[in-house]
Amino acid sequence: MTAEAPERGIISTMDRRRPLVRYGLPIIQVLLFIGVVIAGVGPLLWLLKSGLSTSQDILKGPLSLWPSGIQWHNVPDAWNQVQIGSYLGNTAIIAIGSLLSTLFVCTTGAFVLSVLRPKWGPVITGLVLATLFLPGVISLVPLYLTILKMPVFGWNLQNTFWAVWLPQAAGAFNILVMKRYFDAIPRELIEAARIDGASNLRLFTALILPMSKPIIGVVALLTVIGSWKDYLWPLLVLPDPRLQPISVALPRVQKTTDLSLQMSALFLAVLIPVVLFLIFQKQFLRGVGMSGGIKE
Amino acid sequence: MAVLTRVSTAHPATQSRRSPATWLRSGGLSSILFALPLVLTFLYFSWGPIVRGLVLSFQKTNLVTPAEWVGMSNFSYVLTDPQLPQATINTLYFALLALIFGFPVPLFLAVFISELRKTGWLYNVISYLPAVVPPVVAILLWKYFYDPGSGVFNAILDWFGLGPYAWLNSPNLAMPAIVLEATWAGAGATSIIYLAALTGVRNELYEAAELDGAGIWRRVWHVTIPQIRGIILIMMLLQLIGTFQVFTEPFLFTGGGPDNATTTILLLIYRYAFINGDFGAATALSVLLALVLCVLSVVYHFLTRRWSTT
Repeated sequence: MTAEAPERGIISTMDRRRPLVRYGLPIIQVLLFIGVVIAGVGPLLWLLKSGLSTSQDILKGPLSLWPSGIQWHNVPDAWNQVQIGSYLGNTAIIAIGSLLSTLFVCTTGAFVLSVLRPKWGPVITGLVLATLFLPGVISLVPLYLTILKMPVFGWNLQNTFWAVWLPQAAGAFNILVMKRYFDAIPRELIEAARIDGASNLRLFTALILPMSKPIIGVVALLTVIGSWKDYLWPLLVLPDPRLQPISVALPRVQKTTDLSLQMSALFLAVLIPVVLFLIFQKQFLRGVGMSGGIKE
Repeated sequence: MAVLTRVSTAHPATQSRRSPATWLRSGGLSSILFALPLVLTFLYFSWGPIVRGLVLSFQKTNLVTPAEWVGMSNFSYVLTDPQLPQATINTLYFALLALIFGFPVPLFLAVFISELRKTGWLYNVISYLPAVVPPVVAILLWKYFYDPGSGVFNAILDWFGLGPYAWLNSPNLAMPAIVLEATWAGAGATSIIYLAALTGVRNELYEAAELDGAGIWRRVWHVTIPQIRGIILIMMLLQLIGTFQVFTEPFLFTGGGPDNATTTILLLIYRYAFINGDFGAATALSVLLALVLCVLSVVYHFLTRRWSTT
């Protein structure tokens, strides 16, 4: 009992001995597990099943398993006919570019605000924080116009990947998470490096960045999955079908594609984010939990 | 703190009268260089567009001829648009339904998972899966689930002798159907945030409540919920702000139909800007919506602050 004391939650060891809890809890646990599996994995399994069926099978019996046999050829067909491969390639280019621009801006920005701390730092921090509180809808249309014609430069970024990469980097959340992490690095380490004669650039590349691998990983994951999920923005700034990521392409090609191939295409589109998530679930869930802390 | 850095990097003696040369040597320039990416991206893609949006809402522009000032006419145009009342009601309805469907599920899930010592992570991973599915894929998939003829939902309801329902094709069911999908997609993320908050609840509080004779449910009601009330209130506000700006779901599920039953305010903004090319009207409506959301946040903040003190 004493050994278990710090482990307790709402339900105590005493409660667990009571028959109602002892037998009731596992029952709720199993029921909830079934519910979670049906809601979480069910749609994906159904998608896999339908992606390997004929269109007639999907229409006749949405819940029956392959009455006409498994159609393995659907996957290569979707890859070639729907050109899923090239759309996935665009999605990957968009995700990697967004990742690089986000990491570049948020690590250098957080380095200034947290480590160098110039006099004007708090003003910048305030302005970054303020954008967290302003609803995104206010900048949707003017941001689009900015992409059509960049002020001062006059460039038109429409139908270039820069139109997605650059605005992605202006994310206040990433900068604040990164700044918070840098803030926790002991000042003594930074001072010691300075006494050793490290320049700001060296301090950044040789001390701060290597020490921040965990948070960089979290921001990287959230950015990649986030840009994989994006729809409205790439729809607006990439009207050229050859540049569109998979989420923009899918609703468009849906109208002209066979049902079974649609399902294969959807399955291929969901595969990479799900696999990424399953591999890095620990870092990922911690990152999402952290976003709640920031919002508080 | 800035003083401290400067003392350690530069010559303390020159600190009182800094010449540009010493400022340069002490690393003042490199601060600016390091801040440049942040300032430029925010200037171009965050602060700039916000200011530009405010300006645009008072202008008439078609991107060809120079913009001209038209005062409040964009605002009076969007406010008298006969589509606005319907879109407002739809958006409020969406937010209300999302709150009713979406609010209790993640909270219940999080409280329960936090009690599981060994298998909690598994529940977590599985319940978060829908949140990594790209929204477009989820919507196209659910669109098929809702198919009136051969969809999965009608097939399951048929086992119980119910249906078939028209789901997305019915003006009454379309909005609840969309909210159901949105709840499915969003519940996992919210529950993870609650879970993170729950780890901060001190166990002594439960022990004390137990000694006072509180049962399990009373402990949840009187200890757990009040302890994470702050984050619950914030998640509610964020959810409201998010649902007021919903776009992808109604756009892809129904395109605003049937019979305008799912036209939301953001769908109207999209139509103004990208179908009619009326950027002035679109930004005017955006500004109005943003204004409402800011007022809502402030009012909500004061209301809930009052609650938490009593």
